[in-house]
Amino acid sequence: MTSTQDRVAAAPASIPLTRPQLPSWAPLLVAVVAVAAAALPGLLLGWGLAPMVLIAVVIFVVALPTWSSAVEGSRKAQDRLAAALVWAGFGLAMIPLGTLMWQVISNGVPVLSAEFFTYSMRNVVGEGGGIYHAIIGTVIVTACAALISVPIGVMAGVYLIEYGAGSRIARVVTFLVDVMTGIPSIVAGLFAYALFVLFFGPGVRMGIGGAVALSVLMIPIVVRSTEEMLKLVPDELREASYALGVPKWRTITKVVLPTAMAGIVTGVTLAVARVAGETAPLLIIAGDTDSVNFNAFAERMATLPVYIYYSYMQPGIPPEFGQERAWGAALVLIAIVMALNILARFISRYFAPKTGR
Amino acid sequence: MNRTSFRAAIVPGAAALALAVTLSACGAANETGSAASGDGESSGLSGTLSGGGASSQEAAQNAWRAGFQEANPDVTVNYDPIGSGGGREQFTAGGFPFAGSDSYLTDDEGELSAAAEQCGGDPIEIPNYVSPIAVIYNVEGVDELNLSPEVIAQIFNDEITNWSDPAIAELNEGVELPDESITAVHRSDESGTTENFTNFLGTVVPDAWPHGEVGEWPIDAGEGGNGTSGVVAAVTNGTNTIGYADASQAGDLGVASVQVGDEFVAPTPEAAAKILEVSPRVEGRPDVDMAFDLDYETDEAGVYPIVLTSYLIACQTYEDQETADLVKGYLSYIVSDEGQQVAAEQAGSAPLAPSLAEEAIAIVDAISAE
Amino acid sequence: MTAVQLERPTTSRRGDAVFKALATAAAVLILVALAGVAVFLTLEGMPALQAEPGALGGKDNIVLYVWPLVFGTLLAAFLAILMAAPLSIGLALVISHYAPRRLAKPIGYLIDLLAAVPSVVYGLWGIEFLGPRLGTSYGWLEDNLGFLPFFEGPASGSGRTILTASVVLAVMALPIITAICREIFSQTPTLHQEAALALGATRWEMIRMTVFPYGRSGMISAVMLGLGRALGETMAVAMVLSATGVVTFNLISSVNPSTIAANIALGFPEASGIKVNVLIFSGLVLFLITFVVNFLGRLIAARGQIKEGR
Repeated sequence: MTSTQDRVAAAPASIPLTRPQLPSWAPLLVAVVAVAAAALPGLLLGWGLAPMVLIAVVIFVVALPTWSSAVEGSRKAQDRLAAALVWAGFGLAMIPLGTLMWQVISNGVPVLSAEFFTYSMRNVVGEGGGIYHAIIGTVIVTACAALISVPIGVMAGVYLIEYGAGSRIARVVTFLVDVMTGIPSIVAGLFAYALFVLFFGPGVRMGIGGAVALSVLMIPIVVRSTEEMLKLVPDELREASYALGVPKWRTITKVVLPTAMAGIVTGVTLAVARVAGETAPLLIIAGDTDSVNFNAFAERMATLPVYIYYSYMQPGIPPEFGQERAWGAALVLIAIVMALNILARFISRYFAPKTGR
Repeated sequence: MNRTSFRAAIVPGAAALALAVTLSACGAANETGSAASGDGESSGLSGTLSGGGASSQEAAQNAWRAGFQEANPDVTVNYDPIGSGGGREQFTAGGFPFAGSDSYLTDDEGELSAAAEQCGGDPIEIPNYVSPIAVIYNVEGVDELNLSPEVIAQIFNDEITNWSDPAIAELNEGVELPDESITAVHRSDESGTTENFTNFLGTVVPDAWPHGEVGEWPIDAGEGGNGTSGVVAAVTNGTNTIGYADASQAGDLGVASVQVGDEFVAPTPEAAAKILEVSPRVEGRPDVDMAFDLDYETDEAGVYPIVLTSYLIACQTYEDQETADLVKGYLSYIVSDEGQQVAAEQAGSAPLAPSLAEEAIAIVDAISAE
Repeated sequence: MTAVQLERPTTSRRGDAVFKALATAAAVLILVALAGVAVFLTLEGMPALQAEPGALGGKDNIVLYVWPLVFGTLLAAFLAILMAAPLSIGLALVISHYAPRRLAKPIGYLIDLLAAVPSVVYGLWGIEFLGPRLGTSYGWLEDNLGFLPFFEGPASGSGRTILTASVVLAVMALPIITAICREIFSQTPTLHQEAALALGATRWEMIRMTVFPYGRSGMISAVMLGLGRALGETMAVAMVLSATGVVTFNLISSVNPSTIAANIALGFPEASGIKVNVLIFSGLVLFLITFVVNFLGRLIAARGQIKEGR
């Protein structure tokens, strides 16, 4: 506000080569003042932590640019405002992650026990019981989904890069695969149900149906990562192989795919991590049961996400035990998904082809 | 280099697969355990019995299944909570040898005839699960609340919207009701609880509740909760809320007493069980069909009228011996003293009155193979 | 590459043919699967057109049944994107431009962690943590902003409103939008950025002058894809939202519109007969909506790439 006048007034005198700048410790000072300004009345009036933090952030976001605008001019002030807002946004986005983790861990850890991992819910009423059947179900369903989607996804990726590159059909497939990544998971579940109903009649529930539904969600991810990885394989490798008289399919299976293998495995692992936590399609087509079911082709199959949903929404009497189990299972599920994510990063880091040699 | 990286990358995958295989090699600790501990005491029953239907019975069915499977380690009983409609549909189509349903079979859509045809005789219907539906509320400072059916209907129909409404105050002398608006919580999903609750209101006070008997909440007012636990959570977490739910799930919430005749009755299992004793049978049904037309308008002392009754539907005869034995065994357990007690403890249902239980046992005992 | 056909053993040529056929078949299978989703949903959804009011929750026909659900789906997703889009762009900027290089990667991982949380766990979090806490602030909104139709009230005490559901959806859409935006931002030509800085631009001016114009189509497509996710998200909404199936813009009361996906998840396990078809029909509608949104999103992204390419 005042800065424009300052500038007008200062201009004729001399043209300084540098503009006045806030000291480098200015943001820190403002931050301390903001926290103090929020904490003092907050502690006196007994506010909660959340409003205090909120007010501190607001004070910081307002005060620093105002100060900057007085000293450094409006352009710098805008810059500082943008930076403050962007960082505040980052802080805001961390709140859900932090509270969610804290809640799942604090509620889930007390539930974990040997029994929790080795028992199913068969003959369990009230306290006790576990998630063994749900873990088995999740492993079977996701393994089947991977068995279906990995060959299809990888082969489709091979087609897109090695055979169809540039062709109309390849472009259409690439585009539709991208669109397919956006299919809602519940629609995938309904698709699997509609498909299986034709063969098994109404009310069908089976594990393999869940695997089909998850495949619909998984295939696009596998195709995309395969595609990206195959693009990275240098053409020199292919040409060297051709020059040795190796047929194209042998080149692909023996040279191209192994080179890209780490990336593809990473992509598959991430895809598995993504679908392992899916609830909606499994709720529709795999259903829920309280006993272990090893057969994906018959009867209902419990899976971890569905187990969490039902344990929490229909906890039985008294409700505490069911809800406790839901939190414990949520912790286990998050741990599995996170572990898969970390495994994927590990694979991509340590097994990636050493490029730039 | 390529091949090494390929091999190396495959190792975690193989490890995961191996882990999966080892895992799937054995059953759950409790499942294998229970089968092993069947120390020759078993009744000789074996096989799998898969029925399903009303989800209102699920908690009780879980208790019965657990009890029955423990007594007969070679038997597996499944109860699929697919809803009453689904249960009846599967039963009449021959998919389920027995079903649970919140309403008895009728011939409005030909279900009764279809069931009779499937069974090759009149189907069995037993009111195996009677549970009071409590009107639960969460209002600070109000520990006891009396409500008449009419007031309940008006509250849930969004006509009485404030706790200090004279209609409520009139029934609760000496209770300080806050001048706050009422949040009426209902089931957002389709449910037998809603069906029985609205059936009660529609029968007793049709003027105040013009919507009749519905499974899905008919009006766009009030808060919706998903499932019984959703309603209980919404009532608990909200303030000045009121809702309806299985009495057994009410927990620490306030529970309203309902006006019957001149007195106010609290929803206890005993009070709920009495309604079957004062209600007439559905006319024109054979002996094996214990269908009741609930007399919601009763003014008999000590009867709590808002109840959920759920029936077991089965056949008198089955084609093969094994199914007949299993159904007979399981149903006998359910209607037995022990079974009814287990359900009362685990699911908060009302045990059948002795005379009705006796009748039910006789019906079940006659189940046989063709 | 294959044009150079010297004398080769026939087996390998047959191998080539087989392998190529397999690869092509896999690609075509994906097209078939996508078409299959539409076909099977249509097949199983069509009987719903003749459904009686009894199977439609008292509504006279399927259109009246689906319309409030479509409304709720769009409203919840729109609100979510309204919150998530600016936040995600800010987050992407943190990673690509603001954070010190050493911190950028861990921050990226943290955002990715948000994407790794299963939706059912978001549902638990929404009910137990977010709902009650937002619920208290809804009373304040009603008192102070009650003149706006959005905050008319009466405020829900449990906080299980469409606004809460939107916040959960926003958190879930956040990592998707952020991931794409940060990819786009980091592709901004360094020369452009350095040129802007050399002319004396502040960091924010540089971002406005070089990063945003360059990434505009990418940002739009990222937001569209986030919208697609929010539209189709099921479990979190099903668990958090207290739905009554009305059409209202009131965001903080306990009377809320439901969404298609949540409605299916709640109704399907106990549906039988024609009701299954009704739910599948609503699923078909959801599929078409998300397909269009994703289609447009990808189209915009593809356009942008072509433009850049030239």
